[in-house]
Amino acid sequence: MPDVVCSLLGWAGFDRAAQGILGAGRRLADSLGGKLRAVVLGPADDALVAGAAAAADSVAIADGPLLAEYNPETFLTALATLSKRLAPRAVLLGNDTYSQELAPRLAHRLGGSAAGDAVDVAVAGGQLRVTRGVYGGKATAVIALRRAPGVVWVRARAMAPAEASGRPAGEVEKVSLDLPADARVQVVARQVEAKSGVRLEDARLIVSGGRGLGGPEPFAQLQALADVIGAQMAASRAACDAGWVPPSWQVGQTGKKVAPELYIAIAISGASQHIMGIADSKVISAINHDADAPIFKHCRFGLVEDYQKVVGPLRDRLSRNQ
Amino acid sequence: MNIVVCLKQILDPEIPARDFRVDGEKREAERGSANLVTNIFCENALETALQIRDAHGGKITAITCGPEGAEDVLRKAMALRADEAVLVVNDAAANPDPLFVARTLAAAIRKLGDVDVVMVGREAGDWGAGQTGGLLAEELGLPCVSFAESFEPASAAGTVRVKRQIDSGWETIEAATPVVLSITNHDKNVPRIPKTRDVMQSYRKPLVKWTLAELGIDPGTANSYYQVAELFIPQKESRCEFIEGDTLEAKIDEFARRVTDIIRSM
Ligand SMILES: Cc1cc2nc3c(=O)[nH]c(=O)nc-3n(C[C@H](O)[C@H](O)[C@H](O)COP(=O)(O)OP(=O)(O)OC[C@H]3O[C@@H](n4cnc5c(N)ncnc54)[C@H](O)[C@@H]3O)c2cc1C
Ligand SMILES: Nc1ncnc2c1ncn2[C@@H]1O[C@H](COP(=O)(O)O)[C@@H](O)[C@H]1O
Repeated sequence: MPDVVCSLLGWAGFDRAAQGILGAGRRLADSLGGKLRAVVLGPADDALVAGAAAAADSVAIADGPLLAEYNPETFLTALATLSKRLAPRAVLLGNDTYSQELAPRLAHRLGGSAAGDAVDVAVAGGQLRVTRGVYGGKATAVIALRRAPGVVWVRARAMAPAEASGRPAGEVEKVSLDLPADARVQVVARQVEAKSGVRLEDARLIVSGGRGLGGPEPFAQLQALADVIGAQMAASRAACDAGWVPPSWQVGQTGKKVAPELYIAIAISGASQHIMGIADSKVISAINHDADAPIFKHCRFGLVEDYQKVVGPLRDRLSRNQ
Repeated sequence: MNIVVCLKQILDPEIPARDFRVDGEKREAERGSANLVTNIFCENALETALQIRDAHGGKITAITCGPEGAEDVLRKAMALRADEAVLVVNDAAANPDPLFVARTLAAAIRKLGDVDVVMVGREAGDWGAGQTGGLLAEELGLPCVSFAESFEPASAAGTVRVKRQIDSGWETIEAATPVVLSITNHDKNVPRIPKTRDVMQSYRKPLVKWTLAELGIDPGTANSYYQVAELFIPQKESRCEFIEGDTLEAKIDEFARRVTDIIRSM
């Protein structure tokens, strides 16, 4: 069947990622001439169910004791079971860590092909074609998936939501799955970082620091700067690897993909792998003492200075402007 | 514990964008003057394995699938004191899809026999598929934990305790062995530097070579999972306006003004 399944994780709610997955799914289903089937795993709130029903032709909510908490093996089995029943042409997932972990294995169980970090999914000559950055963002590739279904994890927040239409809301159905417990893998603890404010992925203002800061202490100065404008904090891989800030702050190819109105990169060189995480920002600006740093090639405006001379006064200036 | 670490040789991912070219016809990156290196996440995996072996004993087998020249990543692994090394020579299919790689690695790992933990990197810095670990787990019928930053033997025998990164923090997972772990970077698995003496020694250590045929893999099946249809360099430079001013204070004022303008227009 030329249908498309969108896989949504319940506890994330109807966030920008869920909207993007459904939008991409809707457009793909329309171009294939098939139905859009939303599948929600784990506890789903009303907003997510309503939002999924508005975009999709049907919504299956798979809930149950084994799906209350994420477990890679159980969730994989659940998603594979539901997908097999729906026999779609494509399955779309988001680019959260859980979905990235599930997608290739799901493709294997369905006899299909996966590709990820998609910025575009299209149909050409009967094949799904996935556009994605490769070589750390220095090149773009179009990947033709040769088996069906195509399982694609998309850059969810960069995808436009589904357009409102006169379509009746999709039918919502609860599905109870008789899942075998998989004792091989148990999540014994989950540590969620205490971070105030919105998630980095949804932040509208971001202040980000790199190796050029030279240690963990200057991050406190950047934090003070971020606080006066209500920005979230992020970092380059080099700063995370040095242990100056937690790994969840990493932005880039193998970190968070962010899309703020303004991203301020301080003492970050702008390696292509870092740019891959910030390319969807509306405005990028940088403070770097090297005028030739590649980051400036991606900036709307920039300041060539030693950050140590700038960050404190800039914070004072901005707090007076607020 | 018997640990297998899968290593991929790639074009140096840190070469600057201005020196990077692709051959659109062949759909490959041009080698140019760039070095071939071990994928960084594979190095993070090897570093993690070395720490476990040095603390708890066991054996590390480094394995790669690639052309003859991929031997370099194995010599480097042995210089870091991996115990054994296997090169699966693939000179037939350049840039094979991740399912082909996973099937090949699975065949080699089965041939090795007794394995507790199979480690891969979270993704390769060239094509960045991020799939080999998951596909390998499916090929071997094993569970898989992705984005792991560290692990250790758990109190129950035949079990490992894995710390892995999720978007909002960490999870601790207990997994029965054998298990596939895909490793990500963090501050405790930054690769160590080999000692000069160990580098010299590494060239004298034995290295096992297997052909695809010996493993029952048909190179003709490469790229039946997916194929690269197009490869190009995107044009997307923006012109940066450098903030000017007579004094540092004037520049900071101007920078602040622009930031404030954006905030007000949000
Ligand atoms: C497969 C792969 C995946 C990767 N994924 C990511 C990723 O997700 N995210 C990521 O960020 N990186 C990633 N990287 C790493 C990336 O290639 C770079 O190594 C990294 O981004 C560099 O971090 P940096 O800019 O902080 O450090 P550097 O490149 O060392 O840059 C430091 C900058 O600070 C400036 N500076 C120094 N002192 C001062 C001062 N006093 N005032 C002002 N400026 C100063 C310098 O001019 C320089 O430009 C990845 C690499 C690979 C191979
Ligand atoms: N040719 C290969 N030989 C050995 N290991 C590989 C090979 N290709 C991929 N891998 C492993 O799979 C990981 C993820 O690669 P990928 O799925 O290609 O992004 C790498 O970090 C390696 O650990």
